Amino acid sequence: MTTTTIAPEQTEVAQETWKGQSVPRKEDRRLLEGQGVFVDDVKRHGMGYIHFVRSPYGHAHISSIDVSKAEEIGGVYGTLTGEEVASLTDPFFQISSVPGANLKDYALAVGKVRYVGEAVVAVVAETRELARDASELVEIEYEPLPAVTDARHARDADAPTLHEDAGGNLMWEGVYEWGDLDAAFAEADKIVKIDELHFHRFNSTPLETNGALVEYNRGIGQWTIHTNNQFPGFAAIMMGPAMRCGLDKLRFVTQDIGGGFGNKITSHPQLVACCLLARKLGRPVQWTEWRTDFHMSMSHGNERWFQNTEVAVKDDGTLLGFRTTALDDAGAWLRYEPLGGVIWAQVTPGMYRWKHIRVDFQQVATNKAPCSPNRGYSRMQHLWFTERMIDIVAHELGLDPVEVRKRNYIRADEMPYETPNGCVYDSGDYARMLDIGLDLIDYAGIEARREEAESRGKLLGVGIGSTLDSGTNNFAQSQLINPELQFSGNNEVATVKLDIFGEIVVTLGTTPQGQGHETTASQVVADILKCSLEDVHVRSGHDSYWNSHAGFSGTYASQFAVTGLTAVKGATEMLAAEIKQLAGAVFGGVPPEALEFADGGVRIAESPEAFLPFMACGAIINANNAGLPDDLNVTLNCRYVYKPPFQVPDIERKFGNLTLTYATQIHVAVVEIDPETGYYDIVDYVAIDDCGKRINPQIVEGQVMGATAQALGAVMHEQFTYDEDGNLLTPNFYDYHVPHALDMPPLKTGSIESPSPFTELGTKGMGEGGGAGIHSVCAAIQDALRGHGDAVVWDSSNPYHRVWEMLQHPAEAGGSVSVVSA
Amino acid sequence: MVSTEQRISVTINGTTYEREVEARKLLIHFIRDDLDLTGSHIGCDTGNCGACSVILDGRLVKSCMLLAVQADGSAVETVEGLADGDELSKLQQSFKDHHALQCGYCTPGMLMSATALLRANPHPSEDEIKKGLQGNICRCTGYWNIFEAVKAASE
Repeated sequence: MTTTTIAPEQTEVAQETWKGQSVPRKEDRRLLEGQGVFVDDVKRHGMGYIHFVRSPYGHAHISSIDVSKAEEIGGVYGTLTGEEVASLTDPFFQISSVPGANLKDYALAVGKVRYVGEAVVAVVAETRELARDASELVEIEYEPLPAVTDARHARDADAPTLHEDAGGNLMWEGVYEWGDLDAAFAEADKIVKIDELHFHRFNSTPLETNGALVEYNRGIGQWTIHTNNQFPGFAAIMMGPAMRCGLDKLRFVTQDIGGGFGNKITSHPQLVACCLLARKLGRPVQWTEWRTDFHMSMSHGNERWFQNTEVAVKDDGTLLGFRTTALDDAGAWLRYEPLGGVIWAQVTPGMYRWKHIRVDFQQVATNKAPCSPNRGYSRMQHLWFTERMIDIVAHELGLDPVEVRKRNYIRADEMPYETPNGCVYDSGDYARMLDIGLDLIDYAGIEARREEAESRGKLLGVGIGSTLDSGTNNFAQSQLINPELQFSGNNEVATVKLDIFGEIVVTLGTTPQGQGHETTASQVVADILKCSLEDVHVRSGHDSYWNSHAGFSGTYASQFAVTGLTAVKGATEMLAAEIKQLAGAVFGGVPPEALEFADGGVRIAESPEAFLPFMACGAIINANNAGLPDDLNVTLNCRYVYKPPFQVPDIERKFGNLTLTYATQIHVAVVEIDPETGYYDIVDYVAIDDCGKRINPQIVEGQVMGATAQALGAVMHEQFTYDEDGNLLTPNFYDYHVPHALDMPPLKTGSIESPSPFTELGTKGMGEGGGAGIHSVCAAIQDALRGHGDAVVWDSSNPYHRVWEMLQHPAEAGGSVSVVSA
Repeated sequence: MVSTEQRISVTINGTTYEREVEARKLLIHFIRDDLDLTGSHIGCDTGNCGACSVILDGRLVKSCMLLAVQADGSAVETVEGLADGDELSKLQQSFKDHHALQCGYCTPGMLMSATALLRANPHPSEDEIKKGLQGNICRCTGYWNIFEAVKAASE
C-alpha cells in the first residue's frame, strides 16, 4: 500500500537465532485487549484526585493565596501551596554551574510565577470534576510583571529578570573550540555567512499525559509512586534530597506507558507535590495531567538560535570548519537543562569530516514552559543546523547537495572515527546509505519529475537529511556543564532467575513506552538458554522493589539495545553458568564445558539422555537443596550491571567520548509546492536506517516510521507559539496539529547493518531518528525555491504560510546569507 | 456546588450496568472510573485524539464528547468486547501481525474506529481507510503499519 520495505543488506550469514527475527511482540496481546495497565488505570480505595491551579500570567509576583473557600467544599480533601512546599522541601538540585546553579526550584511556584501554566496550588477532591471546580475557588492575587519570550532579547538591558537569584537571564554559557579556526578560514576559498537560523519549539506530545498515583505508608515513611515517569533513576536523584529522604523511601512502579519520547523525564516537581499531599491528607492521591496542562508546562523541546554562522569551504565543496553562536531558550526553569548545552556535542561535526569547529553556547531563561528532553534531544537541533549549513553552502556555491555530502561524509573506511572533540563514531557507511535512498527515490529521474511538476504549475524539490542517533550516554559529559558534578559513565541492570517450577523470570530497570523490551529481552535470553520465547517471562515495566535498577535506569536516549540488552545478556550468561555448575554436580562432577542447553534444560553433550530440565534445576536450588555439595555456590538468581567502557573527558579541552554508539539515518524527501498558496505535499519519502545488528527488525522499523512521522509533523505543523505576554497559543490538539492519518505521505524504508564494534551484541541504540524528517523537508523546500526567489530556509518550522512568504518576499523571509571570497 | 445525580442504565459489551451518575460526568469517565473498564483511554480533552472512541448503538463516537447520561438506555461496545474469549478478532490479530501498535495507548480507540469502518465498508480503499482513521491520533507509529493492518483485515 503506502509503504515499501527494502530488506537489509546482510552483513553476516543468517543464523538460527531468535535475535534478528521479527517475532511478534509479547506486549501486544494485553494492549490489543484493553488490558494494559497505564497510570490512570491504577485506582485505590479512598483516593483523591489532584488538580493543579496554574498561572494565567507569563510573569507575576504572587501577592496572596487563599485556599479557604476551596477547602470548605464538601468532598474537597485538602490543598497544597508553594509556601507549604518551601517549608517541607528543599529546592531541587541544579545541574548547572552558576548562574543557573542559583535557581530555587520547587514543586510549586513560590513567591512568583514565571510562565503561563506554572503550577501554583494543588487541590485534592473526591472526584476529578470536584477538584477542578474547587480550584476555581482558590483566590490568588498576582502583580503582573513584564515578560520576555524571545531568547534574543533575554539579555537586553531592559529585559525583565526571571530569577533574581541568578542575577539575570543567562543560565549557562560555554565556549567549545576544537582544531584551528584561523587556519581553516585562511585556507578557505569561500566563507559562507549565515546571519540567523532558528530551531523552533515543539515536543512529541505523547498521547498519554503525565500522571501518578501515590500512596504513603506512614508506618515506614515510604511512598509508592505508580507513575509513567520514564527515568525513575533521575526522578529519585531529584526528589530524595528535595524531600529530605533516602531513596529507599521512594518506590517507583511503572507498567505500561503511553508514549514518552523524553517528555516524561521531568515530572519530578509534580511527583513531589503528589507525595506531600499523600502524606498530608493520609490518603492515596491521583494526578493525571490534562492535555492543556501538558502543552503549557511539560518538557518543551529546546528552541535554539544559531547566530553569525560562518562556514569555511573550498571551491570544490570541501568543508573545512564552521563557527557559530548557539543561543538556547531554556524556558522558565532548568529541569534537565542546561544538559542540552553539551548533549549536542555528541554529534559535533554531524556526519562530516570538517575538523575546525567553534560553538559559543549560551542558554537563557524566558517566560515560557521549561525545556526538557524531547526525542532527538539537543542533537537534533545541532544536526538540523549542520544539514542546513550543507544545503546553504551548496545552494550559494551552485554545488550539488548530493556531491557536497559525499565529498565530506566520514567514510566507512575511516570508522571508528574520532571527531574533533574526541567522540568516536563506531561504524557506518553514510555514502552507501545515501545511494540506497537516492535509488529508492529515483534520483536519476528527478529533473524529469521537476519539469513535469512545473508543467502543472508546481515547484518540486528534493532534499536529504543525514543524521545520527547517538546512544548510550557517558554522563560525564555533565561535567563539561558543571565540573562539580559527580556523574560519569552509564549503567543498566537486569536480573534473570530460575524459579521453583523452572520459570525463567527476567526483570529490567527500564521503563518501556512501546519499544518492545519484553520481546527483545526474551529473544536475547532464549538464544542463550536455547529455549522458546514463551519460556521467558519478562516482567512488565519497572519496580524499585525488584532490585533491577541503578542510577541511570530508565528508557531514554537510545540505549536499551546496548545497555538494557547487554545487562540481560550478562545476567543470562551468569545464570547459564550457574545452571551448568548445578547440573555438573547433579551429574556427578561433569565439567561445564561438557554440558549444553537444549529443549528447556541442560544435558551432557556427548550423552544427551543425561538431561536436567530447568524445572528440576529451579526446584533443587529453591526448595530441595539438602545434600548439595558445600562448595556449590549457586542461587539461580543472577543480577548483572552493564557498564559501558567510558572515561571522564578532558574538561578543559572539552574533549572525550560522550556516547558509545552512533546509529544513522538518511532520509530523502520530495516535495511539491503550490507557489500561489505555499501549500505543499510530500510526494515521495525514503528513510534508510543503520543501527547495527537488529534484534527485532520489525520493532526497529516501527521506531524509524514513528520518528519520521514526528519529524514531519514538527517541520510542517507543530509549534509551541507564544505571544509577547507569554500566552501559549497552541495549548491543545486543535491548535497544535499533530499528523493525522490523512497527513501521511507514501513511505519507503530501507536499511543496512553496520554492527557496532563497541557493543557485545553489535547493536546500537536507536529510536530517536535525529529529526531526519525535519532536515530533509527543509532541504527539499530549499531546493524547490531554487530559481524562485532563492529564499533561505532558515527556520525548522515551515508551515504553508511561511513557504508562501519565502516565495512572495524572499528577501524579507529571514536567514540572510552572504558569500565572501577569502 | 449543585450536584444532579441521575440513574442510568447502559449496556456495555453485553453487560447492563445501572448506576447513579452526576449529570455532568463524561461517558469516558463513567466507563473508566465508575465501571473500571480502563481499556478506553483519554488523550486530550477536546475531542481530537480519538483514544476514547467506542461504538454506541452501532455508531462510532468519542466518549469524551458525550455525557454518561446521554448513553442511558444504549448499547456500547468497547475494546474489551472485541476478542471472542481467548481469540483475538481478525482486526486485533492483524494489528499484532503488522506491528500496528507500539505503546498501545491509542490502540483501543484505533481498533474501535477501524471496526466501525470495516462494518460500514468491508473492503475500503487506502483513502477510505485513512479517512476512517483520521479522527484517531497515534504518536508512535506514523500510521503506516495501521493502514496495512486494516487493509489486511479487510481481505
